[in-house]
Amino acid sequence: MTRLIGIAALLGAIFASGAHAQNTTLDEIARYRAQLQDGNPAELWEARGEDLWKQKRGPKQVSLEQCDLGKGRGVVKGAYAELPRYFSDADKVMDLESRLLHCMVTLQGFSRADATKRVFGSGSSRSDYEALAAWITSESRGVVMKVSLNHQKMQEAYELGEKAFYFRGGPHDFSCATCHSEDNKRIRLQDLPNLTQKKGAQLGYTTWPAYRVSQGELRTFQWRINDCFRQQRFPDLVFGSELSIALTAFLAYNANGAAFNAPAIKR
Amino acid sequence: MKTAHWALPAVVIAGLVAAGCATAPREIQPVTANDLAIMKASFQEKGQAKLDRLDQDEAQKLCSHPPSVRIPAEVSARIEKNNMATIKYPADGKLMGDWKAGEVIAQRGVGKQFSDDPKTPSGGNCYACHQLSKNEISFGTIGPSLYNFGKLRGGPTPEMQRYAYGRIYNSQAFSACSNMPRFGHNDILTEQQIKDVTALLLDPNSPVNQ
Ligand code: HEC
Ligand code: HEC
Repeated sequence: MTRLIGIAALLGAIFASGAHAQNTTLDEIARYRAQLQDGNPAELWEARGEDLWKQKRGPKQVSLEQCDLGKGRGVVKGAYAELPRYFSDADKVMDLESRLLHCMVTLQGFSRADATKRVFGSGSSRSDYEALAAWITSESRGVVMKVSLNHQKMQEAYELGEKAFYFRGGPHDFSCATCHSEDNKRIRLQDLPNLTQKKGAQLGYTTWPAYRVSQGELRTFQWRINDCFRQQRFPDLVFGSELSIALTAFLAYNANGAAFNAPAIKR
Repeated sequence: MKTAHWALPAVVIAGLVAAGCATAPREIQPVTANDLAIMKASFQEKGQAKLDRLDQDEAQKLCSHPPSVRIPAEVSARIEKNNMATIKYPADGKLMGDWKAGEVIAQRGVGKQFSDDPKTPSGGNCYACHQLSKNEISFGTIGPSLYNFGKLRGGPTPEMQRYAYGRIYNSQAFSACSNMPRFGHNDILTEQQIKDVTALLLDPNSPVNQ
């Protein structure tokens, strides 16, 4: 743990100035990634997430061990590799984050407003979702992605996600496809995965959540989509919204067959 | 065959087999009123980014397809014609400004995001998608290289100035469904900014032409 904290501090120091040229930054990251080897600061989030999962919390003082992530109450191993999925108790398709929100409200008794106060963390103001997602997804590491469209509502979510992926709008006419539908493209020096092809979708999906070196934060897939919509000049994607789940379903299904490999570490 | 939303039957899925793609091409169905309602309910307005950003104009509707789907020639022609009609050339007839100011605009990535201050001018972010000068190695590849653009096109002739200014103002006037933002048409860049970027492309002293 101390070693990890040391690494996190080091990484923080590199980015504190924020004035580095991009290629220098990339070199630095490559260097630190090599040094980190098996030590990803995401482990700090994972440890906190496991505690949060097991703690009795909320007005009802129950732990999330009562929460069903799709493979039965309290079953965490391999659960993320099958999400999003249809949940009959809510009659809805849910991804991990929206399922956690559901459990915080229905099991632990939090109000929706309280449970969504801090969905993305920033410094000392930490997000429970980021910690929980770090731990829960780490329990699917190495598990082959197996998202099913067998339920009609999953099929519908996938189709909406696909349409939304190609939906152009806003002052820049961007859609996800503008930046993610061709091979070997990049924005500045950042490689853009082609998310419309199996290989790109697998790479782009199975490596989230990720510890973002440039932010010193662990980010979930909900954050990834929200931030791409920001760059797309769209409004603020609501955490756990139907569209966010649909896009996640589209990309997660396209990643089927690949071994899940997160929390990762990224730029 | 299902009719796509440009209301013409022929959607040509071009070159996919030749390109060796593993997945079958899918024609994307237009968003329904219900889809759009779900989409709008999934966003909240923030800063300058309001929900009307999801209201598509004709070109946005017609171009919401994978790049493998070729839209019919008549439709492309219509999109280009309608976008051409939007281009406003400067009243003073001067199309080239200051290439140095143009370089700053080409480097700037901010503008129109909910996280951006609407009072500060937007950038053109040309380097995000194009190579422009030789010294800037951090450039993207969504668009073609524009290095030596002026030199290769015979210098800042009146025709070339008109083309470059118009292309930046509204790229879809020249290629329907272009991935390049319509900087003038959608009020991303001001007239003066477009003049400056035009100079960056065409001025013989600009680093683009060194
Ligand atoms: C203007 C360009 C742009 C648009 C539009 C865009 N993205 Fe991205 N996206 C990026 C960039 C750049 C990155 C890489 C970020 C980085 O390296 O920090 C990225 C990364 C991603 C990743 C992670 C890939 C990985 O390997 O880590 C996913 C997934 C993704 N985008 C999904 C989407 C979705 C879904 C949409 C539509 C809602 C979208 N993007 C729209 C530019 C864009
Ligand atoms: C999101 C990516 C993107 C951005 C940002 C962008 N472009 Fe483009 N641009 C393209 C693409 C793609 C093309 C190729 C033609 C097409 O599809 O319309 C293009 C084409 C062009 C052309 C025509 C090239 C030719 O051979 O005639 C010019 C000139 C141009 N861009 C200038 C600019 C300038 C100046 C800026 C900044 C103000 C800019 N572009 C920003 C994507 C972009």
